[in-house]
Amino acid sequence: MPGPEGHGPGQAGPARVRLRYTKLGKVRFTSHRDVVRMWERALRRSGVPVAWSEGFSPHLLMSFGLALPTGAESWAEYLDVALHAAPDPGMLPELLSPLLPAGVDVDRAGRLGEDSASLQQEVSSCSWKLEVLGLTAEELGSRVERLLAAPSVMVERERKGRMTHDNLRPAVLSLSLAPAGGYPPGTAGPDGVWMDAELATRPRGVRPKELLEALGPEATLARACRMHQWIERDGARREPLEPRGDIARAGAAHAPERAS
Amino acid sequence: MEPVTLWPAIEPLLMDVQKPARYIGGEDGACAPVHGPGVVSWLLCYPDAYEVGLPNQGLQILYEILNERPDALAERSYAPWVDMEQAMRAAGVPLFSVENHYPSSAFDVLAFNLSAELVYTNVLNMVDLAGVPIRAADRRACDPLVVAGGHCAFNPEPLADFVDAFVIGDGEEAVGEVTAVLAAWRSRPVEVRDRAALLLGLSGVAGVYVPSLYEPRYEGGRLVAVQPRDGAPAVVEKRSIADLAEWPYPRRQLVPLTEVVHDRLNVEVFRGCTRGCRFCQAGMITRPVRERPPEQVRSMVDAGLERTGYEEVALTSLSTADFSGIEQLVRDVIGTPRHEGRVSVSLPSLRVDAFTVGTAAEIQRVRRTGLTFAPEGGTWRMRKVINKLISEEDLYSAVDAAFSQGWRRIKLYFLIGLPTERDEDVVGIAQLGARCAEIGRRYQRGATVTASVGGFVPKPHTPFQWASQDTAAELQRKVDLLRQAAKGARGLTIRWHDPAASVAEGIASRGDRRAGNVIERVWRAGGTFQEWSERFDLARWTEALAAEGLTLDEVVHRPRPADEVLPWAHVSAGLHPDFLWQDWQESLAGGAVEDCRWTPCYDCGACTGLGLEHVVASPVPPAGGSQGTGQDLASGDRVPVRLMTGARP
Repeated sequence: MPGPEGHGPGQAGPARVRLRYTKLGKVRFTSHRDVVRMWERALRRSGVPVAWSEGFSPHLLMSFGLALPTGAESWAEYLDVALHAAPDPGMLPELLSPLLPAGVDVDRAGRLGEDSASLQQEVSSCSWKLEVLGLTAEELGSRVERLLAAPSVMVERERKGRMTHDNLRPAVLSLSLAPAGGYPPGTAGPDGVWMDAELATRPRGVRPKELLEALGPEATLARACRMHQWIERDGARREPLEPRGDIARAGAAHAPERAS
Repeated sequence: MEPVTLWPAIEPLLMDVQKPARYIGGEDGACAPVHGPGVVSWLLCYPDAYEVGLPNQGLQILYEILNERPDALAERSYAPWVDMEQAMRAAGVPLFSVENHYPSSAFDVLAFNLSAELVYTNVLNMVDLAGVPIRAADRRACDPLVVAGGHCAFNPEPLADFVDAFVIGDGEEAVGEVTAVLAAWRSRPVEVRDRAALLLGLSGVAGVYVPSLYEPRYEGGRLVAVQPRDGAPAVVEKRSIADLAEWPYPRRQLVPLTEVVHDRLNVEVFRGCTRGCRFCQAGMITRPVRERPPEQVRSMVDAGLERTGYEEVALTSLSTADFSGIEQLVRDVIGTPRHEGRVSVSLPSLRVDAFTVGTAAEIQRVRRTGLTFAPEGGTWRMRKVINKLISEEDLYSAVDAAFSQGWRRIKLYFLIGLPTERDEDVVGIAQLGARCAEIGRRYQRGATVTASVGGFVPKPHTPFQWASQDTAAELQRKVDLLRQAAKGARGLTIRWHDPAASVAEGIASRGDRRAGNVIERVWRAGGTFQEWSERFDLARWTEALAAEGLTLDEVVHRPRPADEVLPWAHVSAGLHPDFLWQDWQESLAGGAVEDCRWTPCYDCGACTGLGLEHVVASPVPPAGGSQGTGQDLASGDRVPVRLMTGARP
């Protein structure tokens, strides 16, 4: 997130809070833009003192991570918000979840240090569970092997209105058939074959749909569920928000003191 | 028995359709009603895309009223877009509700909102998707009842073969009475539960029109009578609620999960309009004026903003600047401390005078980008004919006020193809527009004016119901004339609606029961979503007309003589036919009538016939200009209207 606007140098800036939330069930068919609007309304209704930008058309100071494709579910979406007063982040999940649509639940919250980087800058990969229709487990298994063995996997995609050819192989960090029962919690049951994938987001990420295209025309994506987002630093992999609400970065433990 | 949800069958279809959020429901404010015996279930259907239908206030009002009743429940359905319809048909998925995703067969009533004529083919498509025979005559006792209401129901004939019963006028009370008739019929033993008995029962409800109980007769290819049978009323009078204060709905406006039109809080401040614009069907059929008490408006605004998290509220009506005490109301809403100055108020349908601009300025302290006025006619003569009495001084002072207070774009709405229109009236639009742009340049270098013109379609129950309608070619000629006249006018842009769409709208607006076959043919040829220009093709309509042995001239263009039986003559909006005819004649003679809220009654029939009165908070007209009445309003005459108790004068 770029430095929060709305305060000059030398002044205490708003406190920044990171939230983790889900996007599960019917609400998965809303777009990223829709999610942004849901959050704006929920934050306004909550009475949480969210900071506003200054200027001609003021807006809430919020910063989302990587957009989730429309139709995909997630157990691990993140949002950073700037707050004027700094409430106990621990109360935010309970306060905000009822104001959000069914399937969008906040389960973690933690303070960010003033100098911490944005989600867009920090997150380096995501783990996915992907349900594939149109292939048996054996067929899919051999295609996965072939893809992993290939030095490069070229796909055609549109970028800024132009068709480009990209090698998505480097972005496929791991890919395997899920173990028995390895579908996301709350899913009715396996209709197709589930895969576990870890896909990089940088320098050029790969979307689940693009991965499926690379696995062949018969394979169609029935469901996609983002299970985790990861920040890799110095060879270690951490989540943007650890279960206790700590911030996943070096020196994070001191962040609250610095911010207050 | 509780129905089974179709969600598992719908979900896979949503991976491959555009805007899948159209089909998921989940809005804040949505109900999840429990179905069961003794509860009449309504599926409220909006025959256009979700993003157009969701904000519809009429549908939301009835949704809440029905769900509050112990003997009824309501869910909603919207026309699936073309891609989703294909996917549904391929997968054998019928029309479904967005709340429980129950199939349409789980409902006793399919109720359609008719807000525009060009959605009629979508009505047929949704009935068909529901697995119900599209013709009322082919339906069996087990099929749901197909009902319709809304402004277009005031000429029910084009849909008469497809709809079992129409509710004419305000639906707030009627839906309960229809529910009661249905519940009583369902409690009968199966052997006497025939559809004819149900329909007969419904025809006894005030405001309900059952077309199968009326026989149209034609002579020489023209309608000569519509005869009721089995004791059905000769004329079906509209329903009208006497007091808007008793209906503070919607209480829980739906907040969609995805983008829709008019995505904001809407609070209806009054219903009805007595401005008397002769082309305006809404103004004619919703009389008299019934204002909501200002304190109720304020509490609906406050509760609504708090509940929804919206930052914008629209105070809706046909002419909100006419609401008694509008300035105070707007100040109250904007000044409420907990809104922190971030709530914006919008007044759809701004009146054209400088005073109104002042109110608008108060509202839009920031973001003064565009302001819209609707003079409708290009010359004073034209505006007198249509009874939209905006003087040029009013318009120019409004435009001057707007540009001087920081607005940069002005949009002006006009109609072309109006009765008695001459080329100079069309050219007058360009002259007005150019003058407005010139005024703008005094204040801002980049000032722009957009004149948006639509083709006039004569509407039932208006003084212009007898008028001729221009052909598409004539409308196009006038558009070209206008564009020519606007050439070289700095800062003026002309926009226009497709003249062909006006022609199709004319078929559905003034057609008689024979137009139904035309609509069915257009639907069968794939003509859904006719409101969407990319889906519209006039050829489908003209081919269908030809196949039915009808002509555009007969159905759309020709003027109707005084003695012709109009297809909607057996439906009444409370207006005396004599009043409408006299007003039509007066219009042709260039005469104008005043707003009866502030001047003596000229007996249009709406109040007297329905036993109603205007309900307003103030006996004097609001301040500013002539307010399009053409009157000197400085004197502020007291007029015989009912004042709300406790209202501030």
